[in-house]
Amino acid sequence: MMSGDASLPTPGQTVGPFFRFGVEYAGENQVVHPYSPGSVLLSGTVYDGAGDAIPDAMVEIWAADADGTVPAGEGARQRTAHLFSGFGRSQTNGAGHFEFWTRNPGPTAPGKAPFFAAVVFARGLTDKLHTRIYLPDDEAALAADPFLASLEPDERRTVIAERDAEGNLRHDIRLQGERETVFIRF
Amino acid sequence: MTTTGPELEPQSAITAEIVSRQQQYQDDLAAGARPTATLLDFAPYRSSVLRHPTKDPRLVDPETIELVSPAYGHWEVAPIESDLTAQHVGGEPQGQRMVVTGRVLDSAGRPIRHQLVEIWQANAGGRYIHQRDQHPAPLDPNFTGAGRTLTDENGVYRFTTIKPGAYPWKNHLNAWRPAHIHFSLFGNAVTQRLVTQMYFPDDPLFALDPIYNSIPEQKDRDRLVADYDHELTSPEWALGFRWDIVLSGPQATWFEQEGDE
Repeated sequence: MMSGDASLPTPGQTVGPFFRFGVEYAGENQVVHPYSPGSVLLSGTVYDGAGDAIPDAMVEIWAADADGTVPAGEGARQRTAHLFSGFGRSQTNGAGHFEFWTRNPGPTAPGKAPFFAAVVFARGLTDKLHTRIYLPDDEAALAADPFLASLEPDERRTVIAERDAEGNLRHDIRLQGERETVFIRF
Repeated sequence: MTTTGPELEPQSAITAEIVSRQQQYQDDLAAGARPTATLLDFAPYRSSVLRHPTKDPRLVDPETIELVSPAYGHWEVAPIESDLTAQHVGGEPQGQRMVVTGRVLDSAGRPIRHQLVEIWQANAGGRYIHQRDQHPAPLDPNFTGAGRTLTDENGVYRFTTIKPGAYPWKNHLNAWRPAHIHFSLFGNAVTQRLVTQMYFPDDPLFALDPIYNSIPEQKDRDRLVADYDHELTSPEWALGFRWDIVLSGPQATWFEQEGDE
């Protein structure tokens, strides 16, 4: 007998408090070199339902390249090959802050609203959470996006990043509370 | 340091909450709620109270990027990284040596090939190397407790490690986690991303543990328990445990074609 009924999916469990030493690796949040041409800083804070920053969360992003090409993925652990892997991982620091050096994803088809697929983990979070982080720039594409169209204006704001004066992206994730991030399932 | 602060509740209170919350899940199901393998809103695990979304995740059609997954070149993970007993020049770690192996499959039973599996665990005394684990069990200078590998052509992973000890924590008074190994997995689509924990058969701490019990159905909890496999055990060397992992979720059809070759 194999681990119960082997036709059932394996359920998720929390990452617990002590995941950093198990999952951290050099260059994990540098999908591209900082400040390289076309690079953008995507950063934010993960908050709990009391509005406190979560210092033991982890955010992963996965996105197309700037021209909309879906990456083959290889090179996310060994950045030395200088492939665009599209994948990054960031453990929040003591202030709940995460950040990635990456590129603005392009539309994967004409008219599509580009977004980062994001997965969130934390101590106290019993399973992963999926969400999206949309680029704020192409308003027509955002207006045409079926998922965004299904959301109330307040909800919509929780899945669209803000662009700052330097061209970088800022996006907070709230696990609970008034401005709770909209999470998704498939 | 023994924590006996009055703010910590007894096991009996936590156990009663576990039973009650799992019954509520059954009542919700009977009333037409959506089945879910792991409850995000599970107050007996105290750290979850302010960290679970209050709204149901929205059902969406996965788009291009969500139908594929990060992948890893064979050059990105060295074979030695799957042996947690061989990471220190000073010698081998204390504890019961064991091999844990199994297959990573999609929900149709097809192997997840060449994908990253990461693990982390406490040492034989139940102590994590993490700085914030300060409970008075010894660190082992020959054990870090982190490993990784890529699955092979058949979706098989294999680690050599030592059996972790039970780990005491402060969720409530006299709280002990059943021995477990954390697993992180990638599938063929990012929707299949999974972080979970593998347990050992017949652990007496199961019924007491709010994290294990955040999965309300016994048949689902059983999926997290490895099997002891005497065929995998090797004489005078290591115990063998076998644990298969099934990643659910939609994925692109072109992977099916690739699998037909």
